[in-house]
Amino acid sequence: MRYHPLSEADRNAMLATIGVSDVEALYADAPASTLLKAPLDLPRHKSEFEVERIFSRLSARNTSAGRVPFFVGAGAYRHHVPASVDHLIQRSEFLTSYTPYQPEISQGTLQVLFEFQTQVALLTGMEVANASMYDGSTATAEAVLMAHRLTKRRKALLSGGLHPHYAEVVRTISRLAEDEVADMAPDVLGAEDLIAKIDETVSCVVVQTPDFFGNLRDLTKIADACHENGALLVAVFTEAVSLGLLTPPGAMGADIVVGEGQSIGNALNFGGPYVGLFATRHDYVRQMPGRLAGESVDAEGRRAYVLTLSTREQHIRRDKATSNICTNSGLCALAFSIHLALLGEAGLRKLAKLNHANAVALAEMLEKVPNVEVLNKSFFNEFALRVKGDAAALVERLAARGVLAGVPVSRLLPKAGLDDLLLVASTETSTHEDRAAFIAALKETL
Amino acid sequence: MLDRPAPIEDIESPETFTGNRALDQEEPLLFEIGRRDATGVDVDDAPQVASRLGGLERKEAIGLPGLSEPEAVRHYVRLSRKNYSIDAGLYPLGSCTMKHNPRLNEKMARLEGFADIHPLQPVSTAQGALALMETLAHWLMTLTNTHAIALSPKAGAHGELCGMMAIKSAIAAKGEGATRNVALIPQSAHGTNPATAALLGFSVRVVPAAADGTVRARAVRDALGPDVAAIMLTNPNTCGLFEREIVEIAEAVREAGTYFYCDGANLNAIAGVARPGDFGVDAMHINLHKTFSTPHGGGGPGAGPVALSERLAPFAPVPFIRRDGETLELVEHAEGTQSFGRMTAFHGQMGMFVRALAYLLAHGGDGIAQSSRDAVLSANYIRASLRDVMTQPFGDRPCMHEVLFDDAWLKGTGVTTLDFAKAMIDEGYHPMTMYFPLVAHGAMLIEPTESESKASLDLFVATLRDLAKSAKAGDTKRFTEAPRFAPRRRVDETLAARKPVLRWRAA
Repeated sequence: MRYHPLSEADRNAMLATIGVSDVEALYADAPASTLLKAPLDLPRHKSEFEVERIFSRLSARNTSAGRVPFFVGAGAYRHHVPASVDHLIQRSEFLTSYTPYQPEISQGTLQVLFEFQTQVALLTGMEVANASMYDGSTATAEAVLMAHRLTKRRKALLSGGLHPHYAEVVRTISRLAEDEVADMAPDVLGAEDLIAKIDETVSCVVVQTPDFFGNLRDLTKIADACHENGALLVAVFTEAVSLGLLTPPGAMGADIVVGEGQSIGNALNFGGPYVGLFATRHDYVRQMPGRLAGESVDAEGRRAYVLTLSTREQHIRRDKATSNICTNSGLCALAFSIHLALLGEAGLRKLAKLNHANAVALAEMLEKVPNVEVLNKSFFNEFALRVKGDAAALVERLAARGVLAGVPVSRLLPKAGLDDLLLVASTETSTHEDRAAFIAALKETL
Repeated sequence: MLDRPAPIEDIESPETFTGNRALDQEEPLLFEIGRRDATGVDVDDAPQVASRLGGLERKEAIGLPGLSEPEAVRHYVRLSRKNYSIDAGLYPLGSCTMKHNPRLNEKMARLEGFADIHPLQPVSTAQGALALMETLAHWLMTLTNTHAIALSPKAGAHGELCGMMAIKSAIAAKGEGATRNVALIPQSAHGTNPATAALLGFSVRVVPAAADGTVRARAVRDALGPDVAAIMLTNPNTCGLFEREIVEIAEAVREAGTYFYCDGANLNAIAGVARPGDFGVDAMHINLHKTFSTPHGGGGPGAGPVALSERLAPFAPVPFIRRDGETLELVEHAEGTQSFGRMTAFHGQMGMFVRALAYLLAHGGDGIAQSSRDAVLSANYIRASLRDVMTQPFGDRPCMHEVLFDDAWLKGTGVTTLDFAKAMIDEGYHPMTMYFPLVAHGAMLIEPTESESKASLDLFVATLRDLAKSAKAGDTKRFTEAPRFAPRRRVDETLAARKPVLRWRAA
């Protein structure tokens, strides 16, 4: 078949060199009982065209965001990605290279990671960032574990505004690692009193802004309360574009900042692959998880980049490593970095403003619809609506009318008594016509 | 065998004005060429509205540089040319599986019905995506003969965490959580294995390898006890050998009331030839970016679905797919199930699922088995072609998809494994995996994969033979000064670690 360069003649010649009569002889170490006696019941190989046909049919069974008025967010956001980004990440030298363990022939990837780390540090207002994690949720769990190592405490306090999936990921690893988690109730209005819960047993407080319900949070006082109690503030974001317009967590006293980088450079992809961003203070760098690219020089004194501080990592430290992570999100980090380089400061600010303005425009229209209430005092590009009746059923009715209207809160928090809440996001990709279509469909179905 | 061409006289190489050498162009940092006011994206003007940012607007500049589109394209194209890649040459990184990445898979992943769908849009509008995931799981179950596939883990190490979480949950469900807290791990294991075990609070007990590089059932029996939660074993192992006593080991593990976690990094040697479920595996991650060729991307993203045995399947993480007649549902909450919970937001690496399934459908059951056989054949061909000049730590015997050499043959030459690897760079090759596994001194682990032609393998063998000859003949400069022709000479790793410079700062 097309992917196998060896011919039968090649194979026979190679077997002769090896000195065996057939390939089966090379499997001699495998106990006979473990070797298949007959081929598996799987289809035979297919032409490229045939594979394309199968995938096209599967793809057509999904409603893609670009085909409909689309307002779905809750941790993954549809933004326009410039054509050059996807072209550049498909360069063979980026797409088909491994982790840059041989720096002399990996300077491309290493310089990209160094630039990525700098961009993430600038965006979050932190001193240092790593070369990426799997996604925002796993980065959050790693931040909690890192805070436990730094404080030698084992209790995380999770805000009720933290994305429910992120909270579940933290709870899962904490339960199985036998660490403690203190939960706040879902906090629709961003009004919870976290400070009252912070004491000297708490390792870290995990707060998201914009939070799951869209509220913007000032973290300054929470940071102060953390530090008075020897705890760390872990700030989380799920919409990286918001950092173009909002005070960064680093300027509000956060000790570790983690988040989802998908919305810059990366498609929705039904949830992955995405790119986890992870930033902290320089003093904590040796407790950081994940890879780090650093600057050095080569034997001729020329500037060069190399993976560094790897004594934190699993391939060196094994069971004493700061994390078990190995493969990260290199190519998604590249896409993030290219898109952000294209945007630059001016473009990112403008993009963030447009996102906010589109969301405000949508909120203004929704506020005029009977039986709909916008709950947020502040938001970036997403907010919570209270609707009459069951929001999940409403979303299904609107989908049947060709509008993907948002995320019912009950899908993520099924037993919280929030069945009438709907999260609605509006990025730069939704137009006035989209908003009008949404409102019209809403009025018909409510 | 190919002969080495006659050496050419060194030509004088004068400095150039730019510091570039024709196609070898230096590229400054983004921060040195970008400008605060430059942009490569035209963003529409925002409608006039009253801000609702609650007074939390950014007060200070971010400090981000921007580039116009032509400048950005040039910056990243120039950077890309400083990377080695599987598209450009043989990439024999043992354990990492650098095989050809079919471009069809990239094209399929970019179909709008996969790339442009949201994980939280109604499942009624994403039935094709769920069907794709179900089909991929079916292929993976068939290839492994296991009971269930947990799709959501994001990479191999995340898959290990998933498998070990399922094991820990199963042990807790039996009421043995307090007593079973040891993971048995051979010395040859990937570093992720002990790191994963430690993350979950297991202590690590090292199982010694026998003189032939494999683990003996007797050694496992000796290490087993009422405190053992699981064994983490790689098969084929990291020395490139099939564990000959794998069946007895699995039986001993099961009799001891514990679980067998298999590191699936080397599934590409046996896919379609042998099934892990048939040798007693309870949980195994499958690196889609290795065996099923979703591209490595300079370090990710990967995907690490986990195959689970019947006794672990109930503990699989959420979400998972449930079929109700013609309709596919997504179970997203653990309540009311034995699931150990959620490992990540959303549903896993969909983009990688598309690529892996495209790879599987294109290859078919026949092509997958052929890939495994060709990978094993090619590794043995390299072994047979180098066995007279390089040494193998466990004797000369058939290997699986990768062949392990040590540095005994370099003794007295003044050349180390690292030097040898760097000299390979000058010859246009990416080095093999070095100094891993730890059980071989100065390890060189070579994995050619099934993607190389015989001519490519022959040139690789001839090159390594020539290098070996030079090393033994005392031409140490060829090694200690290498690489001489790469974009950079050897990089000072000690300096980087001693005074970490992890970001650019304005001078």
